[in-house]
Amino acid sequence: MPKKFEKYIVIFFIVLAIIFPLITQNDYYIHIMTLAFIWSIAVYGLNLLAGYTGYLSLAHAGFFAIGAYAVGLLTVKIEMGFWVAFILAPIITAVIGFFIGIISLRTKEHYFAIYTLCVGYVIYLIIDKWDSLTEGVRGLMGIPAPANIGPISFTTPLSQYYLVLAILLLVIFIIYRIINSLVGRTFIAIRNSEPLALSLGISTIKNKLLSFVLSTFFAGLAGALYASFVRFLGPDIASTAITFDLLMYLIVGGIGTLFGPIVGTTLIVWISQNLQFLQDYRMLIFGPLLTILIIFAPRGIMGIIGDWKVKSSEKKRNKEAQKSQSELKKEA
Amino acid sequence: MLSLKNVTVKYGAYAAVHEVNIKVEQGQIVVLLGANGAGKSTTFRAISGLSKPASGEILFEEKSISGISPDKIVQSGIVQCAEDRKLFPQMTVQENLVMGAYVQRKNKKKMKQTMDEVFELFPILYEKRNDQAGSMSGGQQQMLAIGRSLMSKPKLMLLDEPSIGLAPLIVEQMFESIQLINKEGTTILLAEQNANAALNIADKGYVYENGKIVVQGSSKELFSNEEVRKAYIGA
Repeated sequence: MPKKFEKYIVIFFIVLAIIFPLITQNDYYIHIMTLAFIWSIAVYGLNLLAGYTGYLSLAHAGFFAIGAYAVGLLTVKIEMGFWVAFILAPIITAVIGFFIGIISLRTKEHYFAIYTLCVGYVIYLIIDKWDSLTEGVRGLMGIPAPANIGPISFTTPLSQYYLVLAILLLVIFIIYRIINSLVGRTFIAIRNSEPLALSLGISTIKNKLLSFVLSTFFAGLAGALYASFVRFLGPDIASTAITFDLLMYLIVGGIGTLFGPIVGTTLIVWISQNLQFLQDYRMLIFGPLLTILIIFAPRGIMGIIGDWKVKSSEKKRNKEAQKSQSELKKEA
Repeated sequence: MLSLKNVTVKYGAYAAVHEVNIKVEQGQIVVLLGANGAGKSTTFRAISGLSKPASGEILFEEKSISGISPDKIVQSGIVQCAEDRKLFPQMTVQENLVMGAYVQRKNKKKMKQTMDEVFELFPILYEKRNDQAGSMSGGQQQMLAIGRSLMSKPKLMLLDEPSIGLAPLIVEQMFESIQLINKEGTTILLAEQNANAALNIADKGYVYENGKIVVQGSSKELFSNEEVRKAYIGA
């Protein structure tokens, strides 16, 4: 598949996302799509760490919640301006991520996953039990919608959809730049083999920490958007169930791929919306599907497409080689 | 240039390398001989900082490097070319080389220059520069692994069994390339089981057995040493 063709596909989907609200005109669908985009941003953060660096963090919903509660608390309790709170939220999340990263990155593989699972649960407990700060199970209410920027207001579902879409596209672009830079290659090198990365002179500690902090930054950003979009926060958003939802989106879409997070998230969110009538029995369908996917396509939907691309380009190259060989024979 | 003084490396209670003394002078090719598990790779791990010596001292250019982190050691000019030609299989040949220049990453011009030198040494890498590293043959992968190590402009290069699993003809080429790299000014410490080929290009050697050095001397001396001949050269 030529590069140009790929570009057209990407442009097609961007255009589709832009005209989507005009096609449906259904506020509920727009609402679902906006939520899917917000989750996608969080999954992009998870992908950077788990997909590209090879460190599976199970505290991601915790960091998402920190970003969300940062916006909620700063605007409701301190009555800070919305945009200041919105910018501070991911930064606060990343700073907390930095300190948690220093400690948790002393562990590896399963130990890292289990350690971060505990961290996520601790974050959930803090939000749930610290009534005086977070309002606990009652939840935090009255979070303002994004404030107007000049003449543009963000009170309608349509305008919020475009705000989230714009930030999502920006996030994808930033991730694209990261993974195609030396920093991104360093992350991939660490995923491939830490001793090898070390023997090339890469400081793995520094780079793992950078990946961790960036990952929490995007989780915090997604959380901040969630807070301003849903405008009510309960401790449940920090629960491990959310972490595993995010992980499922990532695995279905394709772990360690650029478009895996958005593909997996929108797909699963839509499917589960359409299976709403099955209620909790949905999991009877998702469970086996996910198991089959992991066995036969461990790198998800984008992984299948990637493999198919490699194969077809190999075929093409073999054909060309054969062609040039037969031409040589003719000349001889 | 490099000297190991009574270095012991332990894995748990077991000493994989026991009180080893090695000296490498600038410009030399020095070879470590020995069977699998004799302690050659562990010695390398200690020098490159991947394992911490339990006792003893490692000096590089008169400075102690024992216990320093691996990335600092690469910065000081020692690079290890790992065994089983470990590459980044999904990256292209060129991207692998760029990763090798990690410690030189701020100097793009120098990096380009070094890459040209590597391509000159291994022209096949230039031909395949846009191919995925994992798609190449064993010999080519070994060349890439060595080329990638050269990208950091090392003063001392640690080569762990570069001939392993390669066809005899390719092994010959490999040793010629190693000699060439040495002539260009890189000191080389080589671990090998192929004693014949290694002693041919080396200045001196050390023979390992069960984590200890049992015989040492110039290549000539080792060639004529009865025990070494019996055990490693087979003549």
